[in-house]
Amino acid sequence: MKMSRRQKKENIFSYIFIGPQLIGFLCFVAFPLFFSIYLCFSYWNFIDLPVYVGGENFAAVFRDPIFWKSMGNTLIYICIVVPLTLLTSLILALLTNRKLPFMKFYRAAFFLPMVTSTVAISMVWLFIYQPYGGVLNTILEGIGISNPPHWLQDEFWARFAVSIVMIWLKIGYYYIIFDAGLKNIPTELYEAAEIDGANAFTKIKNITLPMLSSVMFFVSVMLFIDVFNMFNEVYIMTAGGPNYSTYTLSMYIYFYAFTEFDMGRAAVASWVLFALVGVVTLIQFKVKKRLVYE
Amino acid sequence: MRSLRRKQKNIIKITIITLILMVFAIGCLFPFYWMILNSFKQPLDIFKVPVDIFTFDLTFDSYMAVFTYGDGLIWRAYLNSIIIATTSTFGTLFTSSLAAFAFAKLKFKGKNAIYSLFIACLMIPGQVTILPLFVIFANIGWINTFLPLIIPGVMINTYGVFMLRSFIVSIPNELLEAAEVDGCGYFRKYFQIILPLLKPSLVTLGLFTFIGSWNNYFGQLIYLTDQELITLPLLIAGLKETHMTGIEWGRIMAASTLSIIPIAIVYLKCQKYFVQGIATTGIK
Repeated sequence: MKMSRRQKKENIFSYIFIGPQLIGFLCFVAFPLFFSIYLCFSYWNFIDLPVYVGGENFAAVFRDPIFWKSMGNTLIYICIVVPLTLLTSLILALLTNRKLPFMKFYRAAFFLPMVTSTVAISMVWLFIYQPYGGVLNTILEGIGISNPPHWLQDEFWARFAVSIVMIWLKIGYYYIIFDAGLKNIPTELYEAAEIDGANAFTKIKNITLPMLSSVMFFVSVMLFIDVFNMFNEVYIMTAGGPNYSTYTLSMYIYFYAFTEFDMGRAAVASWVLFALVGVVTLIQFKVKKRLVYE
Repeated sequence: MRSLRRKQKNIIKITIITLILMVFAIGCLFPFYWMILNSFKQPLDIFKVPVDIFTFDLTFDSYMAVFTYGDGLIWRAYLNSIIIATTSTFGTLFTSSLAAFAFAKLKFKGKNAIYSLFIACLMIPGQVTILPLFVIFANIGWINTFLPLIIPGVMINTYGVFMLRSFIVSIPNELLEAAEVDGCGYFRKYFQIILPLLKPSLVTLGLFTFIGSWNNYFGQLIYLTDQELITLPLLIAGLKETHMTGIEWGRIMAASTLSIIPIAIVYLKCQKYFVQGIATTGIK
């Protein structure tokens, strides 16, 4: 079948329109992706030519205790950050889902952390967490805790301190998503429940949470990805220490690529990160289908 | 009688909720308060024991220290950060809305295949491509230029295309057909019909891009090493020293305040669009 002149013209214009993005896709996504696979199997320090080393980079990464430590840290961050951010932002959305005074103030306060410069605000947190003369420990001592932890300088507490900053940064974003989800629930459902004499808790349990399940799922997947990508906050506050206790996978990649100049190892670690994101996204996709067709 | 009791109960409930929300709101705002307060404190008072939570003994010393640091490096950092963020933002808005228009309203060969590829790359984390990109940019001499921080973001923004496409799809075809009857070509359709209607989504995407670019510390860290090319995040990170006293902290708090103010203003002006943009990502 021959294309009409109009269709031919539309073809040409379409490719002009998507042209910049298509070229960008080829140059800045597709090609680097393949190049990255090549990097995984070679040793390259920028100075000499890359050398094919087979699976050596994989072995080096998987034998590296620091790699496993950063994986473990990621798991710890997930266990703290994902549930706490989800719960807090959900509770805040539930509480504000009614007529209240000072509503504009609350919303402005919740949103402000996510729109700030992460480097600047990480510095502020680093200052707040100072063990001696930091405001947090001053307050803790003031209320009678005589020996408050050294937070970012303490191997055990550093992760929690970093997690709190992470949660603080993310609450506003997920608050908006939950808030929008709540507004999407038809009010008739609640009215019907009220006629049946349901109290506030049964309404939340039997209407709100089930209606919100797909949003909650979406939020937890996004939070997983947020945790996988943690870099600025950790790099500024602890640089991964003390003793690698706050090290993340992103820092591991940065460290091997740009201070050790071992591109192969960094590339392998970046594919591990990719795999983690891939698995989480895949699970989201599967579960979403189930939630939709239930 | 019964309604009165109910009213009382309601007032108690609202009071409790207000209290809880106030605690959270103050928790969200406290770091900002602390940053601003300490940027104005007498540097020697910053580590005074016990720490002053309020004080009226204020000074511009820390700001003066920031302004004179490295011969006014802060202005250069400001300028550079603004150049990078605004060019990235306007560039990406233009290219991604063009592509989104084609994907939403035009018919062409290979459309579905190309669009699927675009969507698939939504899940590729930046860390995977940044290593090869660094190698490529190093080889074509782009290190210590702003290009690696601007060009990739402008040339490929799958999230932007995805988001704008979903808005353009909802624009009625009749509008475009009517324009065609009037003899409008493809570019005029894009500029005169699509772009004006797309304005709210463009503001939303623009805000995300601007903040993302302003905060792209990782990229700035690896691509910019010249003093001339310093950005605000790099400057703030550079103010950190091994031995920190009140003077250094005061300086960092002042610089942080200066770097947060522009985004906070932009955000407060466009809060509505911002919230809308995030809200729609959750529902889809």
